[in-house]
Amino acid sequence: MTSAAPHVHSGDSVQKNMLLVIVALLPAFAVSIVAFGWGALITTAISIAACVLTEWCITKYMLKQQPSLLDLSAVLTGLLLAMNLPSSLPWWMTVLGAVFAIGIGKMVFGGIGQNVFNPALVGRVFLLISFPAAMTTWPVAKGFATKYLDAETAATPLSYMKHAVLEGKQFELDSLKDAFLSCVPEHIMGGSMGEISAIALLIGGIFLICTRVISWHIPVSILGTVAVFTGILSACGIGSGPMTHLLTGGVMLGAIFMATDYVTSPMTAWGKIIFGVGIGVIVVVIRTWGAYPEGMSFAILIMNGCVPLLNRIAPKRFGEVVKK
Amino acid sequence: MADARTKNHKERIMKNTFCIGGVHPHDNKAYSAHKAIVEAPLPKEAVVLLSQHIGAPAQPVVAVGDKVQVGTLLAKAGGFVSAPVHSPVSGKVSKIDNVLDGQGVPAPAIFIDVEGDEWLPTIDKSATLIHECTLEPKDIIQKIQDAGIVGLGGACFPTHVKLMPPPGKKAEVLIVNGVECEPYLTNDHQLMLEHGEEIIVGIKIVMKALGVNRAIIGIEANKPDAIQHMSELASRVLGIEVRALKVKYPQGGEKQLIDACIGRQVPSGALPIETGAVVDNVATLYAIYEAVQKNKPLISRVMTITGRDVKKPGNYLVRFGTPTAQLVEMVGGVPAKTGEVIAGGPMMGRSMSNIETMPANKRMSALLFMPEDECYRPQPSPCIRCAKCVDACPMGLEPYLLSSMAKGEEWEEMEKHKVMDCIDCGSCVFTCPAHRPLLDGIRAGKGKVGAMIRERQAAAKK
Repeated sequence: MTSAAPHVHSGDSVQKNMLLVIVALLPAFAVSIVAFGWGALITTAISIAACVLTEWCITKYMLKQQPSLLDLSAVLTGLLLAMNLPSSLPWWMTVLGAVFAIGIGKMVFGGIGQNVFNPALVGRVFLLISFPAAMTTWPVAKGFATKYLDAETAATPLSYMKHAVLEGKQFELDSLKDAFLSCVPEHIMGGSMGEISAIALLIGGIFLICTRVISWHIPVSILGTVAVFTGILSACGIGSGPMTHLLTGGVMLGAIFMATDYVTSPMTAWGKIIFGVGIGVIVVVIRTWGAYPEGMSFAILIMNGCVPLLNRIAPKRFGEVVKK
Repeated sequence: MADARTKNHKERIMKNTFCIGGVHPHDNKAYSAHKAIVEAPLPKEAVVLLSQHIGAPAQPVVAVGDKVQVGTLLAKAGGFVSAPVHSPVSGKVSKIDNVLDGQGVPAPAIFIDVEGDEWLPTIDKSATLIHECTLEPKDIIQKIQDAGIVGLGGACFPTHVKLMPPPGKKAEVLIVNGVECEPYLTNDHQLMLEHGEEIIVGIKIVMKALGVNRAIIGIEANKPDAIQHMSELASRVLGIEVRALKVKYPQGGEKQLIDACIGRQVPSGALPIETGAVVDNVATLYAIYEAVQKNKPLISRVMTITGRDVKKPGNYLVRFGTPTAQLVEMVGGVPAKTGEVIAGGPMMGRSMSNIETMPANKRMSALLFMPEDECYRPQPSPCIRCAKCVDACPMGLEPYLLSSMAKGEEWEEMEKHKVMDCIDCGSCVFTCPAHRPLLDGIRAGKGKVGAMIRERQAAAKK
C-alpha cells in the first residue's frame, strides 16, 4: 500500500483521552459514594445510561449514521452531568437532563466536535431553570445511611454565603481542612455529587495535566482569578474570602473538568488564559451580586459562547520576532 | 578569537531545544544502529537520474555509446540553482531515457552498462586524512559546485548556492546538522562515528569558504557516543563546538536547529541566512571533504536500510544508480507481511509503489520496510478541537484550521494564516487523536498559495 507521510502515529485516540478524564473523575466519584451512598450510584448510572442511549438513538435514527459510542464521549458527558447534580434528584429529572444535554447540548450542533456549549452544563442549567426546587435541595451526607425516602436536607455553604452577602455579612467556612478533604463522613461538605472534595478533584486535575490531557492554563487562570478577585472584595468587606470561594460550589469541578472540555474551550494558550479569567470574573460577580448562589455553570457557558472569538487569537508563530 | 567568543557569550543560553511544538515518535533506531557501514555491491546497470536536486534538472553532456569512468561528468547543471551529475560507475552509456521512479512516474535518466570499477585518475582513492586546505574561498565553492554537492539531509538543495549568501547578507556561524531526528535512520550517526575526522575537516573547509570562525555541531542526545566522539575531535579545533540537543522531532529541521543552537528564529518568509546561520548536514560535509581534498564528485551516499522484520538491516554505502530491487535483495528481500516501503524516514519519507526500477540517488537517505500491522490507518473521525495539533506544530500554525480551510478552498485565508510557513514535518498528523489527515489539505493549500504568490510576483515585475 502507499500513503502520504507521515507513516507513523502517536497511538493517541479520542477514546484514550475520554478514558483518562473518566479515570481522573474516579476519586471525586468515590467520594460522592462515600458521602451520598445509593443516591450517588443510581443518579450516576441513570445519567450515563440516558446519555449513551440518547446519543445512540439520535445518531442511528435521526442522523442515519453509524453510532460511535466507543469514543466514550457520551459516557463522559453522563458522568460529568451526574457530578453536577444533587444525589437526591428524582430519576426522571436526571433522564430529562441527560436527553437535553446530549440532544440539545451536542447533537443538534452536528455531533461531537461541533457544539459551542458544554453539554453537561447545558443539561444542568436546563434542570436548574426547569426544576429549581429539586435542583437546590441537598441531602445531608451520611454515606449509605443518607436518607432519600424521608429526605433530610440541609443548606450548603454556598447558600450560607449568598445569605451572608445579602445581609452585608461575610461568611467563612468553619474548617478549611474539612472543606478541602471532605471525604470522611461527619466532615463532608454539602453540595452536588462531584464538587464536595477539593482534594479528590485536585488529584484528578494533576493526573490530567501530567498525562497531557489538559494544559494548566484554564484551571490556573480560573482559580487564580477567583482567588485574586475575591481576595480584593473580601478585604473590602464584601463577601467571603478566597479559600471559602475556591473550596465551595463547583469552582474546582468547573475549573478542572468542565471548563477544560476540548470542544468548547479555546485552541491557543492566550485564548485559554483569557477564557479562564473571564470565567473567574463572572462566577465571582454572580456569587456576590447575582441572584443565584451558584455561578460556575453560567460563567462557563457564557465564556463558551466567546470561544469562537477567542480562537481568532493566533498561537505564538515561529519566526515572528527576529532576535538579533 | 577571544573577541568573537565574548561577543557571542550571551547567546550561549545553553538552550538545547527549539521553543515551539514538537513530538516524540518512537526512536526505533536499534535495528540498524552501530552497524558498520558496508559497501553495497555494484549494479549491473546504473540508472543515473538527471534530477537529484532542487532546481533545474541537469543536462546530459554524454551520448549513447560513450565510455565513462567513476567521476566522469554525465550532465552539467541546468542553471545556477542546479547541480551537475557524475557517473557513479565505469562502463558504457547504453541509453538516455526515462525510468519509472518510486511512484511510477517517468523520470529522465542516463543508463550505463557497468564494466569493472575504474575511477578518474584525478580522484584520490586513498584513506589518508588530508587536514589542510590551501584554496581560496571562491575556489572552494567552485569545487563544491563542480562536484555536484547537494544537501544530503533529504532536501538536496545545491550546496554552493547556500555558501554564497545574497548581497547584503553575511554568514556568522556554520551550524552542522548531526541531529538525524527521523526515527529508524542511523546513517548520519554511523558516518559521524566512522568518519568524524573527515567531517571536521569538511567543517573547517566550509568555515573558510563562508568566512566564519565559529561552527556548532548539533547532535541529539540519543547518540551519546557520537556526541562524545565529535566533541573530542572538535576540542582540537578552535571555533568548533558540539551541542547536545534534547531528543524532540523535528529538531533536525533547519529552522528548528538554528533556534536551538543560536536562539534565533528565521523570520516567516525569509531565508535562514537572515539569522546569520548556514546549516549543512554531516553527510554533506563529508561529501565536501571528499570533493575538495580528494577530487571526488558526489557519486554515492550512506543509506539506512531497515525495518522491524528486515533480515539484514544496516547502514550501506550505495552508489547512485543502483536499482531499488538490488538493494532489497541485498538486505534479504522484502520481509513477509510488509505493508509499505518508504524512501526516507517514517515522518517525511515517500511511500513507494515501485520498488523495482527506482534507482538510488542523492535524495534517497533510507529504505524503510514498514510491517502491515504498523501501517493500518484508522478511519478519521470528527475533529474534537483538542488543540494537540496546535501544540505540536513547530512553526506555531493551526493545522486544524488550515485543514478545514483547505476543504473550503479558502486559499487567501490560508495564506493569512501562514500556511507557507509549514515545513511538512507531519507532527500534526502524528499527534491527532481523531486520525485526521491534516497535512493533505495543508499541502494542497501550499501548492495553491505558492502558485498565487508566484503569479503576484510575476505581475509585480511587469
